[in-house]
Amino acid sequence: MKPIIRVENLTHTYGANTPFCRSAVKNVSMEIMEGEFLGVIGHTGSGKSTLIQHLNGLLRPTSGSIYLGDRDIWADPKKIRDVRFRVGLVFQYPEYQLFEETVYKDIAFGPRNMGLDSKEIDRRVRSALAFAGLGEELLEKSPFDLSGGQKRRVAIAGVIAMEPEVLILDEPSAGLDPAGRRSMLENIRAYHRQKGTTVVMVSHSMDEVAENVERIVVLANAGTVMSGTPHEVFSRAQELLDVGLNVPQVTQVAMELKRQGVAVDPAVYTVEALRAQLAALKGGRA
Amino acid sequence: MLKDITLGQYFPGDSLAHRLDPRTKLILTVLYIVILFCATSFLSYGLVAALLVMGIKVSGVAPKALVRGLKPILFIICFTAVLNLFYTPGDELASFWIFTITKQGVATAFFMVLRITMLIMGTFLLTYTTSPIALTDGLEYLLGPLKKLKVPVHELAMIMSIALRFIPTLIEETDKIMSAQKARGADFESGSLLDRARALVPILVPLFISAFRRADELAVAMECRCYHGGEGRTKLHVLRYQARDYLVLLAYAAVLAAVLILGRFGL
Repeated sequence: MKPIIRVENLTHTYGANTPFCRSAVKNVSMEIMEGEFLGVIGHTGSGKSTLIQHLNGLLRPTSGSIYLGDRDIWADPKKIRDVRFRVGLVFQYPEYQLFEETVYKDIAFGPRNMGLDSKEIDRRVRSALAFAGLGEELLEKSPFDLSGGQKRRVAIAGVIAMEPEVLILDEPSAGLDPAGRRSMLENIRAYHRQKGTTVVMVSHSMDEVAENVERIVVLANAGTVMSGTPHEVFSRAQELLDVGLNVPQVTQVAMELKRQGVAVDPAVYTVEALRAQLAALKGGRA
Repeated sequence: MLKDITLGQYFPGDSLAHRLDPRTKLILTVLYIVILFCATSFLSYGLVAALLVMGIKVSGVAPKALVRGLKPILFIICFTAVLNLFYTPGDELASFWIFTITKQGVATAFFMVLRITMLIMGTFLLTYTTSPIALTDGLEYLLGPLKKLKVPVHELAMIMSIALRFIPTLIEETDKIMSAQKARGADFESGSLLDRARALVPILVPLFISAFRRADELAVAMECRCYHGGEGRTKLHVLRYQARDYLVLLAYAAVLAAVLILGRFGL
């Protein structure tokens, strides 16, 4: 796999040259591979949101660079809009950005800015709507008449409709009830599976990240502290706890079992894996 | 970028000017303006200037910040100066084509510029040393007598302080919405004036909706805490005049008297 986005020594300082100057991201380097499902986790204020706003050129680095493919995205600042079409960013609580009279028009906002013809826009709107898990009967409704969860799905569809090479979602399940959360994540997984494009999900819920992504980058105190497969990351549970993050609940159970003398590997992050281990143990003893 | 806008331009501090009662400062500002408009001679202008310099010194506000505040009205100052210079009748000094410059014209132009500059600087001193909340509080007290005339003074003050409190929130919200629309390819920087006005729709609609939602939530929260207007409502911070307030007021009154007396003697 080759990297689609490369971040090199990225530093972003808010309010430079004032007494309030503060580095939200300090000297971060990371790679996002083509086609992968990447999870970015970090506690509040760890620089997650600042980092992802650099990936599509909404923020300009104080120092360091970001490469999309082989090109530095800031090589030609006039073309930064094209970067935003290629790297789709869904903000936290995106339902507050809806503004059009109908769902259709709102989803079509991005594609229309890309200058596509109306036939292509129509195809993209319908396909994005399906990926976001909504039915076509909503298309002519006002987005303000929908429920909170539906609004969020419309907003996500608005970004998917640009058919970006990389889709970045900032806390897509925040504030949803458990059922809504599950189905939202199911939709995102299905999108990744069917489209095969890169998806980056930012979250501070360990369970959510553990169950869904292929690789994890952990941010803490404005820098990356580790990255790797969920298994690699969660086998370093103590370090995660030290930087103020949690580990998935099932990992906590496994750690406690191990402490009490049960011979399990604590680096598990799905219920199935722990169940398999325990079944194997029981079978071995019987 | 949007975050850099300063509103109310309050500079926190702990000088005598900061500690004065906001009502005192409001009265002082009115007095200062009255004195400024009563002044007619070099001597009385000198008195007012001394008053202003003292105020600036005491407040600890950087003179640079005050001068910066003058920038937006530089045009008005120049315009006034030019008008007065050419259109005051009197003893001719120089003349060309339809313009004549008179001795009186030069004097009036000079005093006008001085008056506007000092007026702006003096009132800036008020907003630089008084937080917007203290200012509305002081205003509510001072306008209190108008309640007898059925002017809803408390309600107006409440509206003002709520508006002030929500300005930073709305600025932050605008920033967020702008970023979200930019991520969908919205373009605010290029195109004709009409294009740019149209590009604001995706920002203004969500902003208005969220402002209404916030207003609604705030109204419910206030009602939950039994807010029912100003009647019988007590304050957490009760304004009380201190000795320093009386002293400063007295000093200003003395300057006003001096300027009036100087004017009477034509000095």
